[in-house]
Amino acid sequence: MSKLLNVSSSPHVRSQETTQSIMTDVVIAMLPATAFGVFQFGFHALMVLAATILACVLSEYAYEKIMDKPITIYDMSAVVTGMILALNMPADIPVWMPALGGVFAIIVVKQLYGGLGQNFMNPALAARCFLLISFAGKMSTFKLDGWSGATPLAVLKTGGQVDVAAMFVGKIPGTIGEVSVIALLIGAAYLVFKKVISLRIPVTYILTVAVFVFIFGKQDLNFVLAHICGGGLIFGAFFMATDYVTSPITPKGQIVFGILLGVLTGLFRLFGGSAEGVSYAIIISNMLVPLIEKYTLPVAFGKEGKKA
Amino acid sequence: MNKYIERLYNGIIKENPTFVLMLGMCPTLAVTTTAINGIGMGLSTTAVLVFSNLIISALRKIIPDRVRIPAYIVIVASLVTIVQLLLQAYVPSLYESLGIYIPLIVVNCIILGRAEAYAAKNGPVESAFDGIGMGLGFTVGLTCIAVVRELIGGGAIFGMEVIPEDFRVTIFGLAPGAFFVLAILTALQNKFKAPSATNGSAAPQSKLACGGNCMNCTGSACMSNHTTLETLRLQAQEEALAAKKAALAKKEAELKAKMDKKDE
Repeated sequence: MSKLLNVSSSPHVRSQETTQSIMTDVVIAMLPATAFGVFQFGFHALMVLAATILACVLSEYAYEKIMDKPITIYDMSAVVTGMILALNMPADIPVWMPALGGVFAIIVVKQLYGGLGQNFMNPALAARCFLLISFAGKMSTFKLDGWSGATPLAVLKTGGQVDVAAMFVGKIPGTIGEVSVIALLIGAAYLVFKKVISLRIPVTYILTVAVFVFIFGKQDLNFVLAHICGGGLIFGAFFMATDYVTSPITPKGQIVFGILLGVLTGLFRLFGGSAEGVSYAIIISNMLVPLIEKYTLPVAFGKEGKKA
Repeated sequence: MNKYIERLYNGIIKENPTFVLMLGMCPTLAVTTTAINGIGMGLSTTAVLVFSNLIISALRKIIPDRVRIPAYIVIVASLVTIVQLLLQAYVPSLYESLGIYIPLIVVNCIILGRAEAYAAKNGPVESAFDGIGMGLGFTVGLTCIAVVRELIGGGAIFGMEVIPEDFRVTIFGLAPGAFFVLAILTALQNKFKAPSATNGSAAPQSKLACGGNCMNCTGSACMSNHTTLETLRLQAQEEALAAKKAALAKKEAELKAKMDKKDE
């Protein structure tokens, strides 16, 4: 018999997509930004990337080996976590710091809660905040061509002027992956084209930030554009807020989630102590996802118009 | 094992207030930034706990059941005030660094918990030893957490610097670090736990429906529960006996009827 009959329980219609294929798509989508980061910040950025990814994959392997669980390093999710974390690091950070962050992301945030699909917040971002609190100095010194300078958002915070065109291309100090908007958008376009992510979260997120910054900041096109292109907003909106595990699954919920992210990011950026707030906005919203999903549950087919 | 030594063992290992009973979390999370703070907090609480257990146990037959909590609070608060003044007089540096958490010992769950669960049902000497055991258990718990946090977060052991500034993971000195360390140490405790009444691994010692575990009841409810359950059990026994008798009588009657028939 050439074809085995499938007698398992539902679902019977299956797609060719696997966790591995989706995660590989995400890795591919991050490659332009990664390449730009390495090109701009040099060899050490590559070392940071390698160390973080290695730390993530190895700690996932070690934990699952010790706990006698199925080894899931081939599903690429640890690679994605490592890559996102590394792209969130300043380029000249000592290599052991992001590696420690990788171990924290995988062991504490992901595996202790039950592995992929059970983590209550984005592991890479949780690890970034862990590092940001622990090594505040090293995590917020950004160098470009040997000069350490303020990020555009920090300049805006102190009332200075920034060059939006340079921000769009990426000729600015910042973390390895967030600087080049154009490279990030190429990757995002690939993800949307492959239908890995939908545009609901990123678009509502970015629009809300724009509106918030326009209302509460300066009514100035340059200012609003700088807030959109600056910091981790584009990277966060397309690659981190859209993480399947930690974002709502309902369409309405995704829009609510995007607006919440935008408002929080705007609040942190304009009224908070530091210039950037994407990471904290995303992990705080991650924790509200179950609540959002509860209240945006779509009505089942055939139950329309009836009250439960 | 001697019943007094058993109390100490119970408090420090079997029912450690920090890792098993999970009581007194507020000081546990807040003051364990340095090992000295941990020990200071633990010993202050121990002092209060020993005397509060002793006094409450001695007064347990006088304190009316309905107002027992206010009565306990008054006793504990007086003791805490004494400890606070002593600390202020003799170790002002510790007094400064513990701050608001010294007066807060009054509402520490361990102290009220032990008063309710142990001192109100047992004699003064056992209660005092229970206080010593629980207090030392709390001290050990706090010190374990504090040593880890001070080493990783502050790079020092009991104030001696061992890790250079660049390699310290500051988050362990802050609130999230307290949760990390507490959670991991509790997980280790669960892995290697000793059987005890509270973690559900000890065999029930009594045939009573509640397992005879007086931890679940308070004050006089404990005694009345025992009486009620005992009465119910006796009633059930009597009923069973009566039913047996009735069955026997019926059988006898049947036999008699048969015999009578045969005779005819």
